[in-house]
Amino acid sequence: MRVALFVACFDDAMFPATGKAVTSLLERLGHEVSYPPGQTCCGQVHWTTGYHREAAALARGFTGAFEGSEAVVTASASCAVAVRDAYPRIARSARDPGLARAAEGLAVYELTEFLVDVLGVTDLGAYFPHRVTYHPTCQSLRTLGVADRPLRLLRAVRGLELVELPAAEECCGFGGAFAMKNADVSVAMVADKVRHVRDTGADVVCAADNSCLAHIGGALSRLRGGVRVMHLAEILAETGPV
Amino acid sequence: MTASSGTAGEARAPVPLPTPKFATAARAALADTRLRRNLRGATASLRERAGASPEPGDWEELREAGRAIRDDALLNLDAHLEELERAVTEAGGTVHWAADAAEARRIVLALVQATGAREVVKARSLVAREIGLNGALAAAGITARETALADLVVQLGGDEPSHLLSPAAHRDGAQIRELFLRGLLGAPPDLPDEPAALVGAARAHLREGFLAARVAITGANFLVAETGTAVLLESEGNARMCLTLPDTLITLAGIEKVVPAWADLEVLLQLLPRSAAGEAMTPYVSSWTGVTPGDGPRAFHLVLLDNGRTRALADEVGRAALRCVRCSACLNVCPVYERTGGHAYGPVYPGPIGAILTPQMRGVESAADASLPYASTLCGACADVCPVKIDIPEVLVHLRGRVVESRRRRPVPTPELLMMRGLAWTMGDARRYEAALRRGTRWARLLSRGGRIRRLPGLLGKWTEARDLPAPPAESFRAWWRRRP
Amino acid sequence: MSGESGAGSREEILRRVREALGGARGARPPVPRGYARRLPEAEAETRADVLALFTERVADRRAAVRHVSADELATAVAAALWGREAAQIAVPADLPYGWLADLDGVRALADAPALDTETLAACDGVVTGCAAAVALTGTVVLDGGRAQGRRALTAVPGYHLCVVHADQIVGTVPEALGRLDPSRPLTWISGPSTTHDIGMARVEGVHGPRHLEVLVVED
Repeated sequence: MRVALFVACFDDAMFPATGKAVTSLLERLGHEVSYPPGQTCCGQVHWTTGYHREAAALARGFTGAFEGSEAVVTASASCAVAVRDAYPRIARSARDPGLARAAEGLAVYELTEFLVDVLGVTDLGAYFPHRVTYHPTCQSLRTLGVADRPLRLLRAVRGLELVELPAAEECCGFGGAFAMKNADVSVAMVADKVRHVRDTGADVVCAADNSCLAHIGGALSRLRGGVRVMHLAEILAETGPV
Repeated sequence: MTASSGTAGEARAPVPLPTPKFATAARAALADTRLRRNLRGATASLRERAGASPEPGDWEELREAGRAIRDDALLNLDAHLEELERAVTEAGGTVHWAADAAEARRIVLALVQATGAREVVKARSLVAREIGLNGALAAAGITARETALADLVVQLGGDEPSHLLSPAAHRDGAQIRELFLRGLLGAPPDLPDEPAALVGAARAHLREGFLAARVAITGANFLVAETGTAVLLESEGNARMCLTLPDTLITLAGIEKVVPAWADLEVLLQLLPRSAAGEAMTPYVSSWTGVTPGDGPRAFHLVLLDNGRTRALADEVGRAALRCVRCSACLNVCPVYERTGGHAYGPVYPGPIGAILTPQMRGVESAADASLPYASTLCGACADVCPVKIDIPEVLVHLRGRVVESRRRRPVPTPELLMMRGLAWTMGDARRYEAALRRGTRWARLLSRGGRIRRLPGLLGKWTEARDLPAPPAESFRAWWRRRP
Repeated sequence: MSGESGAGSREEILRRVREALGGARGARPPVPRGYARRLPEAEAETRADVLALFTERVADRRAAVRHVSADELATAVAAALWGREAAQIAVPADLPYGWLADLDGVRALADAPALDTETLAACDGVVTGCAAAVALTGTVVLDGGRAQGRRALTAVPGYHLCVVHADQIVGTVPEALGRLDPSRPLTWISGPSTTHDIGMARVEGVHGPRHLEVLVVED
């Protein structure tokens, strides 16, 4: 299958390891990976913060960059939501039926959906000998409904000890602009998330979205929490010594 | 007396002002450790009650029906209101129409004064609070006695409700005991702070007020257009006494409370009790149609209030908020509400539903109102539990758009607008983006120490108040991709 | 002065509504009514199942519930009132005389002419029938009809003894609504007066009946 990689702008700049991991995973499975160079930002932050005109312009750019792709795959659950869930709304608010059609023509998948549903694999031959807990981000859990797909992928990783995160389904407090506009509430929320993460005794907390992980990881780092954050894709790409 | 902006005068604001911005009010709430503990306990207990009994097998079907019934009510609101008025009038009631809070206060005050009563009993009505009724009555020398236990606690405490259905959720037993010792006549000084003892003390106090009451003021959960029937759900029985003992009954309701037909109650009476308290049925459901000779009040007045509701109705996306049946399920699951409580959202409509209702009813011109749509992480827990399927995150994002649009017209652009516009311009072209990416990475790496950034400048500084940011790697993904063999 | 005080805004509000709705006005979204109107067959194969469900749910609501035959009713009513040490009770004027036939040492005040509120408040309890009952929710519904009296009778005293005939019990809320007349004042009662407003602890009896007792008469 020809897969067009959609790397979220903050992943591009801040967390390139995630995109590299997705590339190696998909190539390992025998698929042809491309990276459309015209891609920049999907417009998610502009849309959710209320800058709807700007979001519409970015959405047009995005659909142009990925036009004609067989399958678009991203490791950012919230960006997948932006394209799939928000683009029709962005098009409506911008009264742009062309954008609506272009968005409808894109087959965008979040990584775990793509692996489990489209490719039908859960065991990626990964080896990761660590104690790991999984945080279901709100967009992957509620909007995409990825359900237990990430857990099924993690359970197939050799050497990995998966521990359940208490109050896992509660938001970490990131929420895009919320983390800045309501920084105090955001911090109060991540303080509880960090407490739950530490209660698991895990050395790695993973998720399917680097934006929430940057939040949880940022708090853990400030507190010298002794727990690492890692994108799920990076764990799945680990094959250990061969 | 409760602090309230309301007097009989011409206040322009449809809802009492939520003066500070959400973030400012939230900061104070977050620092109140007792409040935090009480709220944590209250929301956990409400969630536990909601989860205690299994969802009925047809819950999704009920929600779908509930959504459609409420939509029908709203999309035909004018016809339903006229039908309601006709039916209530035929059954011996009188319907009054109030365009705003001031008019509603005038109507109620005139009705009470016509009876000569110096005291009224009140059973929980959010609309009464919305219009600042207690203050208006007090200014005219009329005492309003709150009859629901939690409303009494709020009244004695001189603050505002913090939850739609449990207005005193922010108080614990010890605080309530102190309020009772100060405010309840005959409360013994050795009153313990156990719930049962406190309820006992309140029962004696409240009962006395009912027996002499000549005028009652209540809210209503539903108004059935077809039959002219008002419906009210409650747990304590205070509303039952308000509905049956006094000679005059004044019921206040927003115009959106209408439901088309009697048969629609078969859905709403299953949705509301479960979403409100995890019960198959609320302890007491009362319904009445006009007046009934020999049973209850001799005069029934229904005051229908607009006060910004038609403003919300005019918004194709935002009008979904008017489907709300005030169950408060969205509050109980909201991680923001759990930490800030209801007061941060302004005085009347707290939680996620308040964050979409208040700015629509009042507009987004003031900084406080404009901050409400941002009082959410968009986590979506509220939409999952809403019994009438209001997509609260969708409306929040829509209202954020309205806030931004209203700010674009300012002569001097806000720093945020400049930043977001600049960001969009940069991102609008891959080459511009790449150049900015290289500059940004260099700059961020200069700010970092030991692989992390501990302080960011400007608007981004809010992030690093309590969180680090990893230093970006020297090579971006796209740079790596380009040099791949 | 009352009736006309709000008349001025009637047209204004209706105008605002019509303007707000614009082209959307008058759309009748179809209401999907795929929810259950009756109990699932597995739960309500026989009449006895429905009665058993009612009994279980009334008890869940922390009301006392007992089944009696028609000829035991008077004794059961008397026993319940003795159990509560009731000295004086209120009853609707048209309560069947037979229900109170075994009463001894309890003064029953008929609500005709209407008892004043102080007298009602001084009563230890009230005995009524009902108009319908709902098994799934453990609810009795009063409509002011025969043996039920006006609403205040059951709102004020601290104890309510409600007699339910087996044939008045239906399975679900939709079934009950179909049986009830919206023009009558209705009171749906599910358990005693309850509050959770102090520290979220459940406490019964803030206002009206602290205790609800239901006698199911099987004929």
